[in-house]
Amino acid sequence: MREDLLDLARSPLTLLLVTLAGYQAGRWLQTRTGGHALAQPVLVAIAVAGTAITVLDVDYADYRSATELIAFWLGPATVALAIPLHRQADRLKGFVVPLLVAVVVGAATSIVSAVLLARLLGADEALEKTLSTKAATTPVAIALTETLGGIPPLAAVFAIVTGIVSAITAPAVLNLLRIRDRRARGLAVGAVSHGIGASRMLREDETEGAFAGLAMGLSALAISLLVPVLALVLF
Amino acid sequence: MITGLTWLLAFQVLGEAIVRVLDVTVPGPVVGMLLLFVYLRVRRYDDSGSIVRAGSALLRHLQLFFIPAGVGIVAYLGLLGEHALPISVALLGSWLLGLAVVGWTAVGLERLLGAPRDDLPGAGETGEVP
Repeated sequence: MREDLLDLARSPLTLLLVTLAGYQAGRWLQTRTGGHALAQPVLVAIAVAGTAITVLDVDYADYRSATELIAFWLGPATVALAIPLHRQADRLKGFVVPLLVAVVVGAATSIVSAVLLARLLGADEALEKTLSTKAATTPVAIALTETLGGIPPLAAVFAIVTGIVSAITAPAVLNLLRIRDRRARGLAVGAVSHGIGASRMLREDETEGAFAGLAMGLSALAISLLVPVLALVLF
Repeated sequence: MITGLTWLLAFQVLGEAIVRVLDVTVPGPVVGMLLLFVYLRVRRYDDSGSIVRAGSALLRHLQLFFIPAGVGIVAYLGLLGEHALPISVALLGSWLLGLAVVGWTAVGLERLLGAPRDDLPGAGETGEVP
């Protein structure tokens, strides 16, 4: 290939285009499959952009700075998660205590069990730290992993994969566990598998979906506050 | 739109500032989210406001914003393969434990506190007796 064209292909402009086009392709696939949990736009985009930078031989650090324009909005979008929380807060009447206790206990369970299971099977510390955040919504998992000294790109993928597994299997697993209360079901799914799990519950039932959304926000907070404290004991 | 984005950035900056002053390992945007939640509650903010409009627009494409972070996985494919067992067991095991603990705790406390039940229709008939 001509040298100047290759430079163009490696420029921030093209890398941004590839990223947006990958995301659009993922959205198209999601619509075509009727919103199947496996068809997450972010996964398609990661595959497309990941393949592109491998083929074009672009360093990840260069790709990362080329796409800073996109990544920047992760922070304000995380702040904006307060909005769905605010909209759902009125549903809480008479359920505040079970909700808060369950979310905090659940966050502690997720963190400790992920770290200990990984350690038992021979993972190193960076990987354990990364796994500890996976129940939080992806932007929070990334940010937390960064502050902890884990591996942020893996945190993103772990959180997404957890969400997908949950979105596909959670309703059946909850039946097996004999959890039938709609609020508890939504809460459980939102607390362990954030927005991807919550969107499945929203398709099942409005109450389940609302509580899943609520649990996603509260769980992100609980995990953010608990991880640094538990890290003192665990690492 | 710009008014709403300005507010969101202001809450994020406030969150980052608090994290630095208190020297805690909580992400700044998470503290910003907590502060915004309190603000929205106190002001009884409704859906037509600029913060809700700008924030909802961002949230619709939340997945787009973590693509740059996720692409970093290309550098860790080897590590993923090497540690496939601990990673998959930790992910699945901790997910299942979390799901069970949250669900059972919520149901148990609800009964303890005498809250009205809200079971899925039809689910109770087959398994009322454990």
